[in-house]
Amino acid sequence: MKFLDFIAANRALILECLWRHILLVVISVAVGIIIAIPLGVLLTRHKRAAGPVLGVVGVVQTIPGLVMLGFALLLFGIGLKPALIVLSIYSVLPILRNAYTGITDVEVSYVDAARGIGMTGGQILRKVELPLAMPSIISGIRISTVYIVSWATLAGLIGAGGLGDLIWTGLSTYNTNYILAGAVPSAILAFAFSGLIGLFQRVLTPRGLRRRGT
Amino acid sequence: MIKFQQVSKSYGKALILDNLSFEIKKGEFVVLIGPSGCGKTTTLRTINRLIEPDKGEVYIDGKNIKEQDPVALRRTIGYVIQQIGLFPNMTVEQNILVVPKLLKYPKEKCDEIVRELLNLVNMPYEENAHKYPSELSGGQQQRIGVLRALAASPPIVLMDEPFGALDPITRDALQEEVKRIQRKLKKTIVFVTHDMEEALRMADTIVFMNNGKIVQMASPEEMLRNPADDLIKSFMGRHISNGNGAEGLLAEDFMRTKVLKAHKTAHILACIDMMSRRDVNSMIVLNEDDTFAGTVSIEAIKEHGKAGSEIGDLISTEFITIGRKSPAREAFEKLLSSPYNYIVILNEKNTVAGLITRTGMAKAMGEALWGELPS
Repeated sequence: MKFLDFIAANRALILECLWRHILLVVISVAVGIIIAIPLGVLLTRHKRAAGPVLGVVGVVQTIPGLVMLGFALLLFGIGLKPALIVLSIYSVLPILRNAYTGITDVEVSYVDAARGIGMTGGQILRKVELPLAMPSIISGIRISTVYIVSWATLAGLIGAGGLGDLIWTGLSTYNTNYILAGAVPSAILAFAFSGLIGLFQRVLTPRGLRRRGT
Repeated sequence: MIKFQQVSKSYGKALILDNLSFEIKKGEFVVLIGPSGCGKTTTLRTINRLIEPDKGEVYIDGKNIKEQDPVALRRTIGYVIQQIGLFPNMTVEQNILVVPKLLKYPKEKCDEIVRELLNLVNMPYEENAHKYPSELSGGQQQRIGVLRALAASPPIVLMDEPFGALDPITRDALQEEVKRIQRKLKKTIVFVTHDMEEALRMADTIVFMNNGKIVQMASPEEMLRNPADDLIKSFMGRHISNGNGAEGLLAEDFMRTKVLKAHKTAHILACIDMMSRRDVNSMIVLNEDDTFAGTVSIEAIKEHGKAGSEIGDLISTEFITIGRKSPAREAFEKLLSSPYNYIVILNEKNTVAGLITRTGMAKAMGEALWGELPS
């Protein structure tokens, strides 16, 4: 069977896997954002903790995804839940690191001026630090998302579904069509997410920070 | 208005403010100046509690600032910094209105404030309000920085080397504008600088600090007239009339000793020959005993000279002299108020020591200002 015929024949299955894959990515990146940004802000307020925390998160990131999924399987059983937990953990680091450096890289003179004219700590964060760190934070989210699109293919191994299902089926039955039907959409998905977030980044970057002419 | 009472602050072992006590009156333009590390910026930042002193009290309008909420306090004190610190993510209008917005002014009042303030620095609202700081020149940015500090009409404005990063022409313009605004709005301004010229120009009162202490607190005039110590003198530099060592200079320090001289008995032709060879148009004439007799100019020779006669017949009495040990200043003054091109410097026994020409004087002035010049 030709690849295109295969896709036509299995459209419903592929779309279902794709949808499941998107869900995996969106949920785990969202969880990552919710954890990483406040944590990043917290670290900028307690700089002495920043080194060790970023170090530990970095080490966790280096543990192979397969191993983590294995642990998750043992701890939480099979299905969506362990996959989401593992993927969320992986999505934290790039966002955390960029949020932290983005905020610490805000020039001290802005923060000094903000403090000197009577902003509270929260106002400085909301009106000055976060807007100025926004480009960096969003590029962290972008990196994270692209990673998670590819990590999520592993989630099929522990029964979480997604495009990984197709790939693993193809590998175990030696069926190229299955492999491609999983791999090509996930590659496209990675590009699509990256482009979408890039667009987002342009919209969310304060106008005064954009280079003139872009 | 602002009163420091025995304020001390140290970082580690370094004592930055050493038992500082002084008072700033309402409406006064006070400039804090001194060498770096003297504590001037620390003093400034103590006023809006960006720095908390270890000891001592600071009062504003009789109220101890320690007992006020620092955030509320800062909203009643304008603050301008050297790096300007305009928020790049906000427009000019948004930047100016940061404090009024924090204080929840109604919208109409905010609009009014922005227009009024932009007018104050001749930056029309329509052209400038919606620009971002990156679209403004350095001078314009700092104008907006000053306006931001003024927006909520604080009675006190703190300025930390606000013009330090600007080019000299822009700095001059801004100094003038700030001084004008201060007079017009009757603000109390505390201004930090390390530039004495700026201090002399802007201050009602200069506070000179060193090692965390006040060395002298006086009006610019008083400080120029009676600088309290050598450090202040050196800061005053060329603004001070004496104290830079110039009073010790004598006429002889500026004189040229290679001077064309002839005795009265010399023949005119020989003199003309000497003058044309040295390319000068006058020379000194001496008596037999080498004392100064007078001068003779090439014009006089052309007019009255007869070949074969002696130079002594043509001596002009149109000259000025001064003793070599006289102050250089006196020599310069005499020369300047005379129509002549040089002044003759005499030794004690009336012999000629040399002369100071107008060009020589100009060169000396130039070298005093800019160091050695090519001759």
